[in-house]
Amino acid sequence: MTRISDAMQKKIKHFRYIMVQNPVTIFAFSLFGLIVFLAVFGPWITPYDPLATNATNTLKPPNWDHLFGTDHLGRDVFSRVIAATRLDLGIAVSAVALSFFIGSALGCSAGFWGGWTDRIVGRFSDTIMAFPLFVLAMGIVAAMGNTVANIIYATAIINLPFYARVARAETSIRRNAGYVFSARLCGSSDIRILATQVFPNILPPMMVQISLNMGWAILNAAGLSFIGLGVRPPDAEWGIMVAEGANYIISGEWWLAIFPGAALMLAVFCFNLLGDGLRDLVDPLRRT
Amino acid sequence: MHSSKLIQVGRRLAQALPSVFGVIVISFILTRALPGDPAVYFAGDMADKESIEQVRQALGLDRSWIEQFLIYMSNLANGDWGVSLSTGRPVTEELLARLPASLELTLIGLTLAVAIAVPLGVLAATRPDSWVDHICRLLVTAGVSLPTFFTGLFLVYIFYYLLGWAPSPLGRLDILYLSPPQVTGLYTVDSLIAGDRETFVASLAQLILPATTLALFALAPIARMTRASMLGALSSDFIRTARANGLSGRVILSTYAFRNAALPVLTTLGMVFSFLLGANVLVEKVFSWPGIGSFAIEALVASDYAAVQGFVLAMALLFVCVNLTIDVILTITDPRVALDD
Amino acid sequence: MAATPLLDIKGLSVEFRTRNGVVRAIENVNLELAKGEVLGIVGESGSGKSVTAFTVIGLLDGAGAPVAGSAKYDGIGVTDADETTMRDLRGREIAMIFQNPRAALNPIRPVGRQIEDVLLRHGLATHETARSRAIEMLKKVKIVEPELRYGSYPFELSGGMCQRVMIAIALACNPRLLIADEPTTGLDVTTQKATMDLVRDLTQDRKMAVVLITHDLGMAATYCNRIVVMEKGNVVETAPVATLFTAPQHPYTKKLIAASPGPNSTLDDLTLKSPSSSSPTVRLAASAKSPKSDKTGSRNILEVFNLVREFPVQQAVNGHWTWFNSSHDKKVFRAVDDISFNLKRGESLGLVGESGCGKSTTSSIITRLMDPTSGDVIFDGKNITALPARNFSRRPERSQIQMVFQDATDSLNPRHSAYDSISEPLKRLLGYRDERLIEKKVEVLAERVGLPQALLRRFPHQLSGGQKARVGIARAIAVDPKLLILDEPTSALDVSVQAVVLQLLDRLKHELGMSYIFVSHDLNVVRLMCERVVVMNRGKIVEQGNVNDVLRNPADPYTKALIAAIPNFEAKTSNPAPPLSMPTQSDLV
Repeated sequence: MTRISDAMQKKIKHFRYIMVQNPVTIFAFSLFGLIVFLAVFGPWITPYDPLATNATNTLKPPNWDHLFGTDHLGRDVFSRVIAATRLDLGIAVSAVALSFFIGSALGCSAGFWGGWTDRIVGRFSDTIMAFPLFVLAMGIVAAMGNTVANIIYATAIINLPFYARVARAETSIRRNAGYVFSARLCGSSDIRILATQVFPNILPPMMVQISLNMGWAILNAAGLSFIGLGVRPPDAEWGIMVAEGANYIISGEWWLAIFPGAALMLAVFCFNLLGDGLRDLVDPLRRT
Repeated sequence: MHSSKLIQVGRRLAQALPSVFGVIVISFILTRALPGDPAVYFAGDMADKESIEQVRQALGLDRSWIEQFLIYMSNLANGDWGVSLSTGRPVTEELLARLPASLELTLIGLTLAVAIAVPLGVLAATRPDSWVDHICRLLVTAGVSLPTFFTGLFLVYIFYYLLGWAPSPLGRLDILYLSPPQVTGLYTVDSLIAGDRETFVASLAQLILPATTLALFALAPIARMTRASMLGALSSDFIRTARANGLSGRVILSTYAFRNAALPVLTTLGMVFSFLLGANVLVEKVFSWPGIGSFAIEALVASDYAAVQGFVLAMALLFVCVNLTIDVILTITDPRVALDD
Repeated sequence: MAATPLLDIKGLSVEFRTRNGVVRAIENVNLELAKGEVLGIVGESGSGKSVTAFTVIGLLDGAGAPVAGSAKYDGIGVTDADETTMRDLRGREIAMIFQNPRAALNPIRPVGRQIEDVLLRHGLATHETARSRAIEMLKKVKIVEPELRYGSYPFELSGGMCQRVMIAIALACNPRLLIADEPTTGLDVTTQKATMDLVRDLTQDRKMAVVLITHDLGMAATYCNRIVVMEKGNVVETAPVATLFTAPQHPYTKKLIAASPGPNSTLDDLTLKSPSSSSPTVRLAASAKSPKSDKTGSRNILEVFNLVREFPVQQAVNGHWTWFNSSHDKKVFRAVDDISFNLKRGESLGLVGESGCGKSTTSSIITRLMDPTSGDVIFDGKNITALPARNFSRRPERSQIQMVFQDATDSLNPRHSAYDSISEPLKRLLGYRDERLIEKKVEVLAERVGLPQALLRRFPHQLSGGQKARVGIARAIAVDPKLLILDEPTSALDVSVQAVVLQLLDRLKHELGMSYIFVSHDLNVVRLMCERVVVMNRGKIVEQGNVNDVLRNPADPYTKALIAAIPNFEAKTSNPAPPLSMPTQSDLV
């Protein structure tokens, strides 16, 4: 029992140390907290119903009633931006989770056993990477059908190679480490070695990759809905809101597009900062 | 040395073949997975029942997968990529007609990005913790967070609506001007060739905002890679040796550090190009730019699947070519490449 | 009377800003170097010898700065000089060569051009003459075919050749002071001697002063006139070579000299037995178990017959590239080429050779981490190579053959505590489940190897090199193996730590009745630990036999060269006549 709390204590101490060094990381963590909170509780705390239209109240600039103004159908932009958090985050998390699990499983196998496994995974990964990824996502969604689920699958597919590549690289560095040989001398099977010896060591760089990837996944999903794929009106999603607002920005009604765009930017920015902070946290070279 | 370099280059060219093959396979899968009857959209809008049947026979849709695939490949090689449903013209024709517009935009955007990002990255690496370094890092983190379409709209709002500096974002050339006689398809180049100063300035003016949007997007990864690569090079053992022998700062920076740092940056350019091709689609929508990207969007909306598939294939092949070029350049310039094989 | 020393360091202290605050790397260092003199700075890791050198040439890492004292080169203060002055001095007056020569050269620039760069910078050649001057320098450092090698890249040259290139670059402008920071680390023993001989010849020719930084006392004794001993940032003793080794004053110096194995020392000599000695007392195991009978009778515990191991090598066939690699014309590389030897029960066998000789491959095959291409290994009467390596882990023999690895840092999982690493074989091989039983057993093992109990919960990055080595040993003996393969177990350790670990290993062998195969490149260590030795070169056994016989009367020319290349100080100190490089009073004026 003392073993656990000792290790925990050290982790907390290290965590605090990094936080103090890096006010930016604290900011990122707080922002992250806010985003998660909005994603979970969003629909309950919006002042107005995000889908409620009001023909008499269209295109009003930001005022005290409607903090972010109203759009061309009289809907409250503020409520819609908050409600969209759940959808955007949901898409990104699902896509990243899918590609992380499949990608790292493939990459670890390729890195650990080499040979034909490596070649096949490599070919598969290279073929996906041979496409400009956003274009491929477009193609996949067009082929599979214009639904939110397919956006998730498409984003997951185009992200697979990143995880596979990082997992493969990190695993092959470690597969000839002394402690792997030592585990073999203990009679551990390959699977056990991969799971208990190698994987815990590659988890930190993978976590950094996840965080950076989340930002990219959100951008991807928003981009796809901007060009009309995936989310359909009247659903509130940042990308589609920017698309709807694009027409009005030239005539000066900026609030329809700028607010959701800013929210999008802030969310991605937060995940990127988080990724950098995580990298500091888990990089063993920086430990006391 | 020379002949072995040629062998290396030959090997790289040959290694691209499996990629091309893989691209065609995926493209084939996409076409067969697309909803609806492939024969219909390959025949085109004008087709009647008979010609659809003919197309179905020609595509071999009643035969085995392998045979279909072979027919598909030979069609592609012959330039038969189907007919666009909305325009009635062959897909290859459409793509080729609109390619120069996209290329012009992407090239200028990329050049702008490199011209700013590389010096910025180098400066940030040589002056760590200075204001340049902080700006660079801020730019990088912000840059990778910016949604391209949002930046574009934002720039339009500021520079067109509020300040009135930029022209209206409605395409490549204002209605007042005629497009210059076609040589390369790039308006800037063509107008210079034709000696038409006014058109040159006008086309350049239309390019500024969209190219800047693209450049901002490409800036971040290039600056980040340059900075990281330079930092890595500057802290390596051989720089310490160079310093220990009293070599001047300029020689160390340019001949020793930068040349070593440039190689990973070159590799990054390939990846950046891939992102740019995707970002292109978004920028073209925002600025009503008549390039391949907007063609694809229109095709998606109109369920014009032959065109969509042609677009995906074309972009992939373009990307493979760019990667190959970068690979070949690296093979020629980096003496260590011989080691990997 | 006394001429101005070329290098004059007085009271120099250097501090580094780190995350944990300010650290004093060196404190109050006093050092003098006369023109043409060879000074050795000797110490273990953390002694501050490199920091001193970097301060002199002005290449301290950004976080470090001199805070007290002065360092003067020929009257010019180098600690407070501006960058332009320093840049003029570097290469022209003061030159430096480093360890890891291949990494220290620009990887994408031909080596000849790198020499030219220095010549052009200091104005010793013009663009027209630079090339020929560079080739001249290559000739001087005894590189064959210098015109051809002018255009070579570092990755095409061996480690020894890269070091020669670095020497060529350093000496190109005829500096008066050469600083050599562990220039032979990472090089083979025979290459080490060739490199140091070259340095000595070239610097003696030009009457250059040399500062040789090394952890190897034998090397310092062979090539230096005077020696400065440093410990933890302080200079503890300075003396001419003869005096230092015959009459050392400081206890640390004594400890260092004792710990460096020479041709006549015994294992016990390695650590000083005086009560003031700081080495941890080694307690005898208080176990009630009777020591296993170590009858080194005629029974062999290990027999190796005609072992061969080949590795395929990719090759282009006559420069033509083929779509499918054809199997004919494929070359193979024989890492182990038909070797045979035996190991008696309770015996220690040394497996000696330079890098690439096949000793590591051999030990991998014996531990069954790798399959041989052909040949047999019989362990305790059973043929263990009959089964593929994959399936060996389930055999009972698995727990009887264990290994201690060279790099303790690499062989311990960074995410597992010392306790986890030691208990792993107990859980996997002996099937222990009861947590309390495991804990007890681990504590007994820790005590056996002299690892304090408090350290068991620590992680590798919180342990010192010696402590990590002990963890590795505890893990290896946890399952009571009969045969222990030790793959260079102490080569990464400081000399004083190595001494203690070697004594521990010897004690354990007798207590637990194990047989050892001791893989090493260091013949002195092998002599201390082993009864018999096998010398390998390029995959073949060139000589084997009783260790004292082989070392005193080597039969094979390769063995002879290996022995001749080992620098030691006992031979030198027994020879009172000073070597030619020792400066006389007239030189100093």
